[in-house]
Amino acid sequence: MKTVTTQAVPNKSSVGSGTAGGSISASFSKFRELGLLAFIVILSIGVQIRNHSFLTLENLNDIATNTAILSILAVGMMLVIITRGIDLSIGATLALSGMSAAQMVSHYPGLHPLAAIAIGVGIGLACGMLLGVLVAWVNILPIIATLGMMNVFRGMTYQVSGGKWVSAHQMPESFKQIATGSMFGVNNLIVIALLIYLVSYYFINYTKTGRRIYAVGSNPDSAKISGIHNEKILWLVYTIMGGLSGLAGVLWVSKYASAQGDTAVGYELSVIAACVLGGVSIAGGVGKISGIILGSVLLGILNNALPMINVSPFWQTFIQGAIIVTAVLINALVKRGIDRNNLMRRKI
Amino acid sequence: MEPRTIANEKPFSLKGYFLQWEWLLVVLLLAIFVMNANLSEYFLDYNNLRDATMGFLDKAFIVLPMVFIIMMGEIDISVASIVALTSVIMADLYSRGMPMEFAVVICLVVGAVCGWINGMLIVKFKELSSVIVTLSTMIIYRGIAYILLEDQAVGKFPSWFKFMGWGYVGTIPFILVAFVIFAAGFGFLLHKTAFGRRVYSIGNNATASHYSGVDVDRIKVWVFTLAGLMSAVTALFLTSRMGSTRPNIANGYELEVIAMVVLGGISTSGGKGRMIGAILAIFLIGFLRYGLGLVNVTAQTLLIILGLLLIFSVAIPQLKRRKGAARRL
Repeated sequence: MKTVTTQAVPNKSSVGSGTAGGSISASFSKFRELGLLAFIVILSIGVQIRNHSFLTLENLNDIATNTAILSILAVGMMLVIITRGIDLSIGATLALSGMSAAQMVSHYPGLHPLAAIAIGVGIGLACGMLLGVLVAWVNILPIIATLGMMNVFRGMTYQVSGGKWVSAHQMPESFKQIATGSMFGVNNLIVIALLIYLVSYYFINYTKTGRRIYAVGSNPDSAKISGIHNEKILWLVYTIMGGLSGLAGVLWVSKYASAQGDTAVGYELSVIAACVLGGVSIAGGVGKISGIILGSVLLGILNNALPMINVSPFWQTFIQGAIIVTAVLINALVKRGIDRNNLMRRKI
Repeated sequence: MEPRTIANEKPFSLKGYFLQWEWLLVVLLLAIFVMNANLSEYFLDYNNLRDATMGFLDKAFIVLPMVFIIMMGEIDISVASIVALTSVIMADLYSRGMPMEFAVVICLVVGAVCGWINGMLIVKFKELSSVIVTLSTMIIYRGIAYILLEDQAVGKFPSWFKFMGWGYVGTIPFILVAFVIFAAGFGFLLHKTAFGRRVYSIGNNATASHYSGVDVDRIKVWVFTLAGLMSAVTALFLTSRMGSTRPNIANGYELEVIAMVVLGGISTSGGKGRMIGAILAIFLIGFLRYGLGLVNVTAQTLLIILGLLLIFSVAIPQLKRRKGAARRL
């Protein structure tokens, strides 16, 4: 695991870690992440020169807290993209579960915060399961299924709320504490995100089901022939995504202390951006936890730094899009380089 | 996947003819008419029907090329952003003193270029799906629109421009006339020309089409360019109807357009469907929306209905195919 933590599953057995090809693709992937890290460092230094309050402990803590929700969602999205899918509905799922949880706590202020989280996660899981059934068994293209359900969930959010907001004064202090409180001096959001990262790292690297997700994404046909139930894996992936969106919904509402009908509209795009920045391949089968952490952190820093160096907020959409395109194209070109190298080696 | 066989001539049967998806759409459309007529006694009035069509035909122009795109097994979710970008550029140029005629031409050119960029990216980077390419260009095009106009709105267009969305040719709305002409053109292109047949063959099997001498890449670029151009046409009509434009114009149009195409019986796995189905679906969704507006259904409930409609119209053929495959086993 230490030597070749690179590409999809099949590379491991076919290419020994000692051969030239293995180290080439390994170094490409390392290069990617080191490059991303270098970019983050250069960006931070650049922003620091323009605005001295950037690299303060307080601001760094802010960035980490703000990035936590994004990075939680990125874990789920990575799994979905690894199976060659995409989920556009997560912004709406997030809003629906956040709104439902907020409605519950505003009606029953005595509700334990954990119960509120359970409600959110439960609703998210239900949304995810439904999507999973549509994608896995009904065989609808992920983009169509999630585009349709995005609108259904968003519409339901307005229905649940009756078009009204749930604002800070309607929420009990204990609920707001979920996101603002801290454990061992670290903000809860960061703790939750770290926990999710640890669990999912173990899940996708060391469990059978986790490895099967990669297998289904790398080559669905051979996965099927190897006895993997592709449908079950797909369903599981969308369910996990839904559950994480539900959790993120509660955290979001608790953090911003307001639940609105249009909470997190378009947030799915940021999450997808974090994934492709982190080297998750849209073609499926490729993606690493360390990559999406870097991707989320880079996006988080950008979101925090752009206003600090007086970039107009109207540029942010464009910058986000440009980043996605650049990352996706670089991914594709690097992949081509690796493939060409592999071919050259085969000739000899 | 079972191989699809394509016979030279389909044997004609009356039952098969009436069991087609398009007839189902006709029945549904009639049902919606009956429902609307019951809800409002003025619904079936000629003037009312005419003005109702004017309200939803603006996005219909994108549906036409979207049929080609989905027919090829691709997707374009950047169309709404192209509408916004072209509309904003046109309005911005006009407000800076450019004559409206030039601004309209530039709007169309920009639309075509946006579509061409989509097509080139998809063709040159085969490892990227059209989903991710148009997803990223969707953000970029909308982003440029925001950079250009920020949070302002631009309006006060000349009166001939207003005619596009509000004017009549005789008693028929200009927008309807334009749509009929475009629809006939696209229908002809899809069903009566070699280009259209090639689109079908790409949808059925792109690799086989490539080896049969079909220039798959060129056709794809053309189709995406057409989608960009028609998005610009939609931008013209929409801007004319709204009277002003903002960067968040046409938000969510991609869903409606894709829903119309899919409801029209064009298969998302490519190679199946007809133009008439999509055209019926435009009127179906348009009048359904109008009727639900009559009974004060909120825009949010409409979202749910539209989403479910999209899901069901994809799910039903998929389940049918699954049942058919099970029977053959």
